[in-house]
Amino acid sequence: MKKIEAIIRKSKFDEVVKALHDAEVYFFSYWDVTGVGNEKIGNVYRGITYSTKDIQRRCLSIIVSDSFVDATVDAILKSGATGNVGDGKIFVYPCEEAYRIRTGEKGNKSFN
Amino acid sequence: MELLTTNNVWMMLCAALVFFMHLGFSFLEIGLTRQKNTINILFKNFFIITMGLIVYCLVGFNLMYPGDFNIIGNGILGFAGPGLDAVAAADLSYNEGYTYWTDFLFQGMFAATAGTIISGAVAGRIKINAFMLIVFLYILIVYPIVGSWQWGAGFLSEVFGFYDFAGSTLVHSVGGWGALVIIYLLGARKGKFDSSGNAVAIPGSNIPLSAAGVLILWLGWFGFNGGSVLSADPANTSLVLVTTCLAAAAGGLGASFVSTLAYKNLDITMFMNGILGGLVGITAGADQMGPTDAIIIGAIGGTVVVLGVAFLDKCKLDDPVGAIPVHLFAGIWGTLAVGIFGASASFDQFMVQLASLGIVGAFCVVGALIIALTVKSIMGLRVSAEEEEKGLDISEHGTKAYFSS
Repeated sequence: MKKIEAIIRKSKFDEVVKALHDAEVYFFSYWDVTGVGNEKIGNVYRGITYSTKDIQRRCLSIIVSDSFVDATVDAILKSGATGNVGDGKIFVYPCEEAYRIRTGEKGNKSFN
Repeated sequence: MELLTTNNVWMMLCAALVFFMHLGFSFLEIGLTRQKNTINILFKNFFIITMGLIVYCLVGFNLMYPGDFNIIGNGILGFAGPGLDAVAAADLSYNEGYTYWTDFLFQGMFAATAGTIISGAVAGRIKINAFMLIVFLYILIVYPIVGSWQWGAGFLSEVFGFYDFAGSTLVHSVGGWGALVIIYLLGARKGKFDSSGNAVAIPGSNIPLSAAGVLILWLGWFGFNGGSVLSADPANTSLVLVTTCLAAAAGGLGASFVSTLAYKNLDITMFMNGILGGLVGITAGADQMGPTDAIIIGAIGGTVVVLGVAFLDKCKLDDPVGAIPVHLFAGIWGTLAVGIFGASASFDQFMVQLASLGIVGAFCVVGALIIALTVKSIMGLRVSAEEEEKGLDISEHGTKAYFSS
């Protein structure tokens, strides 16, 4: 089992979800995150130019069995990219154990 | 009697429209500042309209319209005694334009707006108690005395021949001068200027709310200028509403054009401030101008606002809502414009306008300095850095304006 954490553009969220579904990944959690990075946005307010230090992105946390890792990563890489700075990152971590609370099942069965 | 009834209905409607402007000022101020100071702004604005009306009833009205009760000189300082006069009110021959009661209510709504102008400029860092004391004294003393010089048949109108139709100087610049003095003493919000002294953008928290505020203010101006005809005289009221609206429109377009040219960006807050600059600009001569004059005055008023915002930033003065460019700078422009455009344009009139501006400005600056320094010595003006950081809602009023659930 692996945990795949992806930080993507909010504007790409719907496409990424669809690509994950196509790769048969149906369940994951996500939340909105704020970070700092290389992207520079030249905003203007009342004649003063300012750069937003906060970059808004969406973070996806996906637990998959080992055989799904490549397909999942591939789906995000393809659907989340615009080619510009700021497309995001994907991290893959080992996942020690997983349980389904309702039944007590563990391992791959708990999320399939 | 029928004429009085018609006139009086119009004047009461105008008083109601000016009253409504207080919601406009509140919305504009809330939208252009940070969310953490929202309750503080509402509190200030509620205090201004409530305290302003009571103080104007008890003292201000008779200080501004002293009649024959002179104290100093002829038309410099007079006071017709405290409270409203029910005997005078019962006499309906008081005025053919409106009753005594209407007169008080309409003028009372005006008095409070001078305090509201100060509120916008000092947002986000003034101690609420210091603010309330300052505005109380300013509306109690400075506003009615200046008003008496012109509208109370004092020396500016009777000796100088100064002209200020609805208060570019008497209301807007009076509030603007007070605001300027107090933000100078108060200092900028934390983070408004970086370590090398450059202005930093502190974007407003709710632009749609400020947009509602600006449109409410524009609507309120129908009463502010329309009621300053002091009757429902068909020719004059209609002309005044036309010049007022044309100037507002030209002010918005002018400001938007200039700010787009200068900053290569279509800035909505400049657009909105420009509308207000056009309105303040036309206020001194709304009944003197033709449509073309009104458009020119409005467009320059809007331009003055854009340049004024940049000028204050250069001077390291922090005015979060642009109250000083709108009310003071455009107010000065509108007052001078009476000598340049329209029915009473002449070099002599221009000089009278200039001199009167100087006298009013000096009185307001000195008055505001004395009031603000006195209050500073009693309780200080500014909240601590920590309180400012937390926001005045939490530190001054113990709660927040918005809860996420």
